[in-house]
Amino acid sequence: MSSTSTQLPAAVTAGDVFGGSTASERKDPGGRRSRGVRRALVWLTAGAIAFVMTYPFLWLVSASLKPQSQVFDNRLWPRDVQPGNYAEVWREAPILRWLMNSVTVGLAAATAVTLSSAFIAFGFAYFRFRGRNALFGLVLATMMLPGVVTMVPTYLVWNELGLATTQVPLWGMNLFGSAIYIFLLRQFFLNLPRELFEAARVDGVGYLGLFWRIAVPLSKPALIITFILELRASWTDLVRPLIYLQDSALFTLPRGLKVVLDQFGQGGEMKWTVVLAASVISTVPMIIAFFLGQRYFVQGIATTGRKG
Amino acid sequence: MTVTAHRTGDDRTLPARHQPERPRPRRQSLQARENRWVPVFLAPWIIGFLVFTAGPMVASLVLSFTSYDVISSPEYVGLDNYEQLATDDQALRAMGNTLFYTALHVPLVIVCALGLAMLLQRLGRMSGLFRTLFYLPSMTPPVAIGVLFLLLLNGQTGLINAALSVVGIDGPDWTTDPAWVKPGIVLMSLWSVGTTMVIFFAALQDVPVELQEAAELDGASGWQRFRNVTLPMISGALLFATVINTIASLQLFAEVYTMFFGQQDASVAGDAAQFYVVYLFEQAFKFLHMGYASALAWLLFLVILVITLVQLRLSKRFVYYEGQQ
Repeated sequence: MSSTSTQLPAAVTAGDVFGGSTASERKDPGGRRSRGVRRALVWLTAGAIAFVMTYPFLWLVSASLKPQSQVFDNRLWPRDVQPGNYAEVWREAPILRWLMNSVTVGLAAATAVTLSSAFIAFGFAYFRFRGRNALFGLVLATMMLPGVVTMVPTYLVWNELGLATTQVPLWGMNLFGSAIYIFLLRQFFLNLPRELFEAARVDGVGYLGLFWRIAVPLSKPALIITFILELRASWTDLVRPLIYLQDSALFTLPRGLKVVLDQFGQGGEMKWTVVLAASVISTVPMIIAFFLGQRYFVQGIATTGRKG
Repeated sequence: MTVTAHRTGDDRTLPARHQPERPRPRRQSLQARENRWVPVFLAPWIIGFLVFTAGPMVASLVLSFTSYDVISSPEYVGLDNYEQLATDDQALRAMGNTLFYTALHVPLVIVCALGLAMLLQRLGRMSGLFRTLFYLPSMTPPVAIGVLFLLLLNGQTGLINAALSVVGIDGPDWTTDPAWVKPGIVLMSLWSVGTTMVIFFAALQDVPVELQEAAELDGASGWQRFRNVTLPMISGALLFATVINTIASLQLFAEVYTMFFGQQDASVAGDAAQFYVVYLFEQAFKFLHMGYASALAWLLFLVILVITLVQLRLSKRFVYYEGQQ
């Protein structure tokens, strides 16, 4: 199904938007040679772009294995391989601690936002009450709200609660749902057959049961999408760890990487090898996560974009 | 749909995917009983909205009329913060830089992402592999992107200038020459067009093949089909991506902060890398000028609001919604 739907338009529109076919070409639309040339051009372009997109990764990994004196030689294959750089990061910074912190915070953030958003989304999907559309419009409107505007007062709220220097502010807000995921999960719940819920009601299942025992088990893909998108958001976040985390033992990886950069990179000790190795360590887990959950990432982003 | 197979007994109705919104009269009492549960399910959102969105919005507005350093209590100063803002060269330059970046970044991202999505569409069964490769940079934490491009963009030793010199171009000092800092940041931002690309790719899959075929039979050229069939059909996604990317790029922070700010007080690239949210962040959390930072935040909010509304307004002329009658 999916392979035909991707191939058909490809065949129909073959070689025009980029190349801009000329009149003479169009007189001979079946010309096998011009079609072959176009096809080759498409593949060549795709290959070149893929090369440009992936090369920085290869450069990064390669440079992180070089001795300091060769870091900037731009050779893809290091002249001298020096895996000791990774051991040095280990000695210079509590990178394992940061890694564990990132994992803990990421899991807490993703779990919290998935459960709370699903709960709220079920409320918007199952019940029909007056003002539902208006309220849901308000939920969507918060999606457009720039997070920066509330940065200062939110800090003051956590400060008031005595949690401003803990990791709680990095995931605590997730307990209250997030607009984009509420939207995504609601779309999913709306597609579940309503009779299923009505039958369960007849069997005496309560409303919390409808959510937990029917909606949740049937929505695993959507829940995984939410979980994985938030995991990435949490893993890559810098601004909140910068605001809230002062104690190096609590740092997440991005926060720690920034400290490593300031200490060993520019204006510091000029030990770029340490910085590069730390960069690789902070990047690789997400790349692995992406390969494991690729389908869900792509589907999730596509769904949020479809709202148009 | 496999779900419906598990239903017990009752086969009177087909799965009703889009049931009419109006409840049938005989269910009125059930409806009323049901609705008692609405507050339970919506409570988390309502609390979150009040405590972490609406409350802070109001608080931020109130604070913008005060002088507040967290330690002593806020002191009402009237419009002082806004007057300071009007003459604060740093803030205005930061706003200018941010707008400049946005004006460059958003159109480029849209064009590149659309180009990549259309390219993917041509690759048939291989589109999955290339989509992965094109999307991969979007998985990189912004701090790591900052570190990486700080080195790639380096004027003397960077890979990008090395590549440019192959084709005989003498590349600029991307990270230190004020004239080239922002174009360098734009270049960096194009590395992660993946998210927008995925949105467009999904939208392109939804364009009915019959429309393309019909247009081709009518003798429409490739460009005409793109202009008159493809573009209108994906205009919703185009608008969504434009709005979201604009809002995000006006708040650019992590990459720039990583590259040019931090321990070292003065930014290496001088004022050219002074971005608005970076400035706001430093005012708030480095100098503890919470009142002034709140005024800065509200200015940004208004700027974003106006730009978004203009985009939505202009889009009315271009965007085609399938549901429209």
